[in-house]
Amino acid sequence: MNINIIALIRAAVLNGTPLLFGTSGEILTEKSGSLNLGVEGLMYMGGAFGLMGVFYYDRAAGAGANAFVAIMIAILCSLLAGMAGSLIFSFLTITLRANQNVTGLALTIFGTGLGQFVGEQMRIKVGGNVAISNGLKVVFADGVFPKAMQEIPVIGPLLFSYNIFVYIGIVIAAVMAYIMAKTRKGLYLKAVGESPSTADAAGINVTRYKYFATVLGGGISAVGGMVYTMTIAGTVWNHTGLAGEGWIAVALVIFCLWKPLNAIWGSILFGGLMIMYIRVPIAFIPSQIYKIIPYIVTAVVLVIVSLRQKKEDQPPASLGLPYFREER
Amino acid sequence: MNEKTPFIRIAKREDASKKRIWTVRIAAFAVAILLGMIIFVIAGANPIKAYGVMITSSLGKKSGIKQVVKNAIPLLGTGLALAPCFRMRYWNIGAEGQITMGAMAATYFALNWYSKMPSAVLLLVMGIASLVFGGLWSAIPAIFKSRWGTNETLFTLMMNYIAIGIVAWLQGGPWEGKPGSQIIPMFDKKAVLPKLFGVHCGWVIVLLLVAFMFVYMNYTKHGYEIAVLGESENTARYAGMNILKVTVRTAALSGAICGLVGFMTASGVNQTLQSGVAGGVGFTAITVCWLAQLNPFAMVAISFLLAVLSKGASGLQTTLSIPASISDIITGIILLCMLGCEFFINYRLIFRDKQAKNGKEAA
Amino acid sequence: MENHAIEFRGITKRFGSVTANNNVDLYVDKGTIMSLLGENGSGKTTLMNMLAGIYMPDEGQIYVDGKPVSILSPKDAFDNGVGMIHQHFKLIDVFTAAENVALGINEGKYDLKDVAAKVTEICNKYGFDIDPAKKIYDMSVSEKQTVEIIKVLYRGANTLILDEPTAVLTPQETSKLFSIMKTMKEDGKAIIIITHKLNEVMEISDVVAVLRKGEHIATVKTSETNPQQLTEMMVGRAVELDIARKDPVNPVPRLTISNLTCRNSDGVVKLNNVSFVANGGEILGIAGIAGSGQKELLEAVAGLNKIDSGSIIYTPEGKEPAELVGLSPMKIKEAGVALAFVPEDRLGMGLVGGMGMTGNMMLRSWNKGKGPFIDRKGPEKLAADVFEFLEVKTPHIDYPVRKLSGGNVQKVLVGREIATSPSVLMSAYAVRGLDINTSYVIYDLMCEQKEKGTAVVFVGEDLDVLLQLCDRILVLCGGEVSGIVDARTTTKEEIGLLMTSVGGKEEN
Repeated sequence: MNINIIALIRAAVLNGTPLLFGTSGEILTEKSGSLNLGVEGLMYMGGAFGLMGVFYYDRAAGAGANAFVAIMIAILCSLLAGMAGSLIFSFLTITLRANQNVTGLALTIFGTGLGQFVGEQMRIKVGGNVAISNGLKVVFADGVFPKAMQEIPVIGPLLFSYNIFVYIGIVIAAVMAYIMAKTRKGLYLKAVGESPSTADAAGINVTRYKYFATVLGGGISAVGGMVYTMTIAGTVWNHTGLAGEGWIAVALVIFCLWKPLNAIWGSILFGGLMIMYIRVPIAFIPSQIYKIIPYIVTAVVLVIVSLRQKKEDQPPASLGLPYFREER
Repeated sequence: MNEKTPFIRIAKREDASKKRIWTVRIAAFAVAILLGMIIFVIAGANPIKAYGVMITSSLGKKSGIKQVVKNAIPLLGTGLALAPCFRMRYWNIGAEGQITMGAMAATYFALNWYSKMPSAVLLLVMGIASLVFGGLWSAIPAIFKSRWGTNETLFTLMMNYIAIGIVAWLQGGPWEGKPGSQIIPMFDKKAVLPKLFGVHCGWVIVLLLVAFMFVYMNYTKHGYEIAVLGESENTARYAGMNILKVTVRTAALSGAICGLVGFMTASGVNQTLQSGVAGGVGFTAITVCWLAQLNPFAMVAISFLLAVLSKGASGLQTTLSIPASISDIITGIILLCMLGCEFFINYRLIFRDKQAKNGKEAA
Repeated sequence: MENHAIEFRGITKRFGSVTANNNVDLYVDKGTIMSLLGENGSGKTTLMNMLAGIYMPDEGQIYVDGKPVSILSPKDAFDNGVGMIHQHFKLIDVFTAAENVALGINEGKYDLKDVAAKVTEICNKYGFDIDPAKKIYDMSVSEKQTVEIIKVLYRGANTLILDEPTAVLTPQETSKLFSIMKTMKEDGKAIIIITHKLNEVMEISDVVAVLRKGEHIATVKTSETNPQQLTEMMVGRAVELDIARKDPVNPVPRLTISNLTCRNSDGVVKLNNVSFVANGGEILGIAGIAGSGQKELLEAVAGLNKIDSGSIIYTPEGKEPAELVGLSPMKIKEAGVALAFVPEDRLGMGLVGGMGMTGNMMLRSWNKGKGPFIDRKGPEKLAADVFEFLEVKTPHIDYPVRKLSGGNVQKVLVGREIATSPSVLMSAYAVRGLDINTSYVIYDLMCEQKEKGTAVVFVGEDLDVLLQLCDRILVLCGGEVSGIVDARTTTKEEIGLLMTSVGGKEEN
């Protein structure tokens, strides 16, 4: 069997990047005590709106399309779409105190529907696959570092050969880890997720923190959906959409024990598991079984965490619960 | 009163009147319909005409109604299945996987035993197999939940994808029909649920389940145990209830009914097994169950409404060439509006000027 | 004249149809310790919560240092120099002490080392002993309370509110707390202590403000009053503080517990080698600091807590002795052992808040009878009986008990347990949160049971009540029996000492 380890790791990183965004966003959300099960819907929305933004920019700018502008448009469109979606979730669960699980699922239905709808509408209008011109396509797939760096043996392909989103994702996760560990805002956010009444008594504006984390987190997750359509799906919208990326992201949050730094290697691992069946075909393990490994691993982690009862590894204590100060 | 008093304050409402409850709900539904109109306008369609098409294509003709009933069966069945779990405050969001496992078990017998027995016996065997498998699949997270407190929301969610993955593997591997087709062969006629008034007889089964669930939740010892455990685990222990047993039994019952739904869908509708047999029903049914506030009769109405929407949307696609995914958007909007409106039933808003007046009176 | 540190004028607060505070006028001066006295439900905590920014008053105005202020959030309270130490600690378990302290600070650079240093400084000043890097979940109750006080001091609060701070402390810890309070008073701080323990009121405070049913009755100087007068103000009329205690008639051993050892769900030993006998026709009181194993003892007897070793021999009247260890809770209950446990939130155990009286009566009978269906007739009748005899105030029998007042909730619970005519009746904190009149109804019920020959085990918080109600008192300390004394001859001091030292081990 001839397995190219470097190629495998590269593929794992690329495949894991949408998950990294999805997971980082959901970690931020869950740290504030909101369990948003609508990640799948948010990522659909991000994927569709991100593609739509670039598609119309491509049409308007024609040959003069600028790479940087295109990337910014993609990020902005998906981010805003995700933030809008999670704003709905936040309004319902934080202000109107609706049940988080049910609202998240309703958001998934809404978001996947909207994503599909936008994608289909574009397809109908164009009369075929929504495709971005080749000039722009490569912008999303190409490495950001100079060729020379990419060509350094081993280190080059492993560290410098990726598209820009890989690095953005890692930076977001790292910044998030820093904020949570080293800043007052991070301490406040964790406090809100652990015990809103305590945070409230300490003078922290619980509602503002929950809104901020949930809306921004949803936005970041949605960017992951855009990264998926623009890199893995090859800048076209197909009817299978994102195929459960959002749910894996939710799983990955557990696997990472709600720690953003774990999300970096966790997403690479999960990204790898998802493509192992192509890269490392083992005769007696069928490809579909490979695909469920991430879920099995997550379930096992979930069980181990509950068995170990280590306080630091538990979900944020108020996860999924509504908060009302005057509750008696 | 000083200026810092917030403009709106929120206070709990004790007992809202029936009239208020229904006014709020109907208003929320109306808002959802209006928002749906905006979506249609954006999609470039005449909203009145679009709604018209949705109604005529779903309720306007016999084939439409049949399709609506067919769509409503799994939603209602799964919603009913989830009710005891939610009463117990056990977040089973694994219906999707339980449906899939039930369908898988039924399919095994449909594919292998069809030549050995008459149709009625075969269907019975398939039904029992689906109950057992759905139940077992659902019992696994329940055991972990009651033994070690493993978070069931996340665990059952993972179980969905494992179940779907297993069936995907069967579909492309051991159970594949024509090599390379990635499709499991169609069931023999004997393994297909018979029709009654043009729709597979699953609708009779779910209607029976409605009555069963109503009685089970309200008039049985099991129902009482579930209700007590849902309120407080300590109280349940105090009353001598076996937490592990009640949790696992309830989750298994729920999973079993989901499994039965899977059997009905595979046998009555698809006449084969696909990894997408549940098709999101497991998730939508959660909202059905929740909006009905676990009331089996309300679930009938809600699942029927959602079925009308999805059938109506496929009518839209054929007549107005609007993508059928618009049904998910509108379903989502309706669900979100209905979820949000409960707030206005359970809480009341106090506005500042009213409060200021009270303050002056006191002074 | 110097301004009052805090002044309430015309404060009214309602929760739905319940008026928690009605037109309260009250003030406290700097350098003063004020006791806020009142029965549970008299609105003490609600009033203070408005000062701390947890609730907002519906009407009225609060003045801090003579200026009208609007306290809409805890942050506003801090900005006005008000800090509250809640009965249920507002601490985050997975944070360290320093991180918890840092939660309240919003100025300057964020530097945990700096916070830790300042915490140590405060500790040294007031004589606390806290490791700033220790996680809250590793701390004892008293350590947690210390962290709460440090939090408030760290922010430079001028007014401190302590909500029943001694409920969870040993007498030694209490006196340490009191000396700290005196130091803070000398610092010029205004201190409000919420309590219903009269001896503490007399010991610590300079002035006493009494609330009754949400209204401010009077504020008096501690030196010019006495417990009897305070009680009258609290209850609204002269109250006979005596319980009609008869001598036990022919006490026979009913429960014989030997060498009982058990753990809680975290695997910590909560009962260690406990042995005693509970007699029929006698009330056995159980005293101890909160969390000394009272809950585990009762639960062990009821079959709710796993038992590591030991035996519980039960001898029903006219029957052979039987071992209870290893029987299911259901079997133990059917044998005639009843448990009325009133937890802190009143509803967490023993009652189902969302159900009505009938539904709650069913907790006892739900698995009776054959077949899958549940019997409603019997429980309905029982509910009607309890409703009638104990005068439960409820709109109708199926009204959710969660919405009833505390006293009525407890009547439902105790009434149901007594209705099973048990031969052992165990009750824990049966009068928790009740006004004095209702408490006496419960005491009378206990005495009645005793006269019927029932073995009554009564876990109580108030030593005065235990001394008057019980025949013997068993004192638990750290999960061990530190003594069993005769309630008629012992003193509070003796029990207090036993509560903190096992079997005289620390006496030499």
